Amino acid sequence: MSDDHHHPIPRTAVEERVDALEALLIDKGILDPGAIDAIVEYFEHEVGPMNGAKVVARAWTDPDYKSRLLANATAAIAELGFGGPEGEHMVVVENTPEVHNVIVCTLCSCYPWPVLGLPPNWYKSAPYRSRVVREPRVVLAEMGYVVPDGVEIRVWDSSAEIRYLVLPIRPDGSERLDDSELAALVTRDSMIGVARL
Amino acid sequence: MDGAHDLGGVQGFGPVAVEANEPVFHAQWERRAFRLSTAAMLGGYVPGLRHAIERMDPVWYLSSPYYEHWLTAVATGLVETGVIERTELDERLGAPFDVANPVRAARLPDPGVSSAVHRFAIGDLVRVREWHPLGHTRAPRYVQGKHGTVVRLDGVFSVPDVEYHCDGTREEPTYSVRFESLVLWGEPGDPVHVDMWESYLEPANE
Repeated sequence: MSDDHHHPIPRTAVEERVDALEALLIDKGILDPGAIDAIVEYFEHEVGPMNGAKVVARAWTDPDYKSRLLANATAAIAELGFGGPEGEHMVVVENTPEVHNVIVCTLCSCYPWPVLGLPPNWYKSAPYRSRVVREPRVVLAEMGYVVPDGVEIRVWDSSAEIRYLVLPIRPDGSERLDDSELAALVTRDSMIGVARL
Repeated sequence: MDGAHDLGGVQGFGPVAVEANEPVFHAQWERRAFRLSTAAMLGGYVPGLRHAIERMDPVWYLSSPYYEHWLTAVATGLVETGVIERTELDERLGAPFDVANPVRAARLPDPGVSSAVHRFAIGDLVRVREWHPLGHTRAPRYVQGKHGTVVRLDGVFSVPDVEYHCDGTREEPTYSVRFESLVLWGEPGDPVHVDMWESYLEPANE
């Protein structure tokens, strides 16, 4: 972005395509930018990994909640006020000392919006989608997590209506922390399953 | 369709490029593409958005940024449903406005019979049907024809293969099926679980 009005940056081809389609949709009455901006702002500011982190922290500190979360994730996540598009049919997969879970959408970009927000580019990219089902151990190591031998990696390809969230292992030394302090430890990548805490 | 979008197991791609502190939108055009796509979807103007993305020319699909897929699919859908004319897009742009390739699958005259009862149980051995439809499907190529084990019974949902190519819909139970690395890739390794509609599956012994 530049504030230099004397030397405007030429618009790229895709920007010109957006300009054209946007203008046409406004003319046709299909797009009311003011009305839809509120929805866009919701995805920019109101949803994101901070929501999923609250779910994870609660599961770590409340065994009954964790049981409900693993039995019916959609309902348990709704208890904390989270739900909506791309989160209507949730499954939470739990990491243990024997099993590490990782999620992907090989066909497109399915992702649990209410708890993680819109997905990062790498999650939607061809390298991740192609490789994480074929060589998950290599991909995770490249991304910084060497999964120990003897730990099974379970890859979950969200190819139908279920959206997944990984429940990471609670970090050692976090016993004295409360829910909000625990939530601050939980990263987006740990809830996708490409990192550990 | 066996398109470029069906990426599971395709070899040759390099490292996963992770961007630190990535913003939700990288540029205003991404935000505006998301906004106009949301409006079109909420208005019910673009059924079959995923199939429109899949029908982008493969080279274009793989070399374009993510929100250009949405932008292209919305334009394609609106043209195909007659809400806008291709010439209107061209005039606005002052150049040909590229859209996805046409639908090749035939329209289905009948959606078939819906079912709400799971035919398979947890632990059942199943095989994914080997078929390569011209139209939309959610059965990834890398599991087609492969044996797996049902690990979870999920809800009953409209079959996208039907919904995208028929005036009616067919509802079916869905499953999570576990596939061993040896079955998928011919070598030991970690398992993959894929979510499948019931008609994608058949008993392993058939």
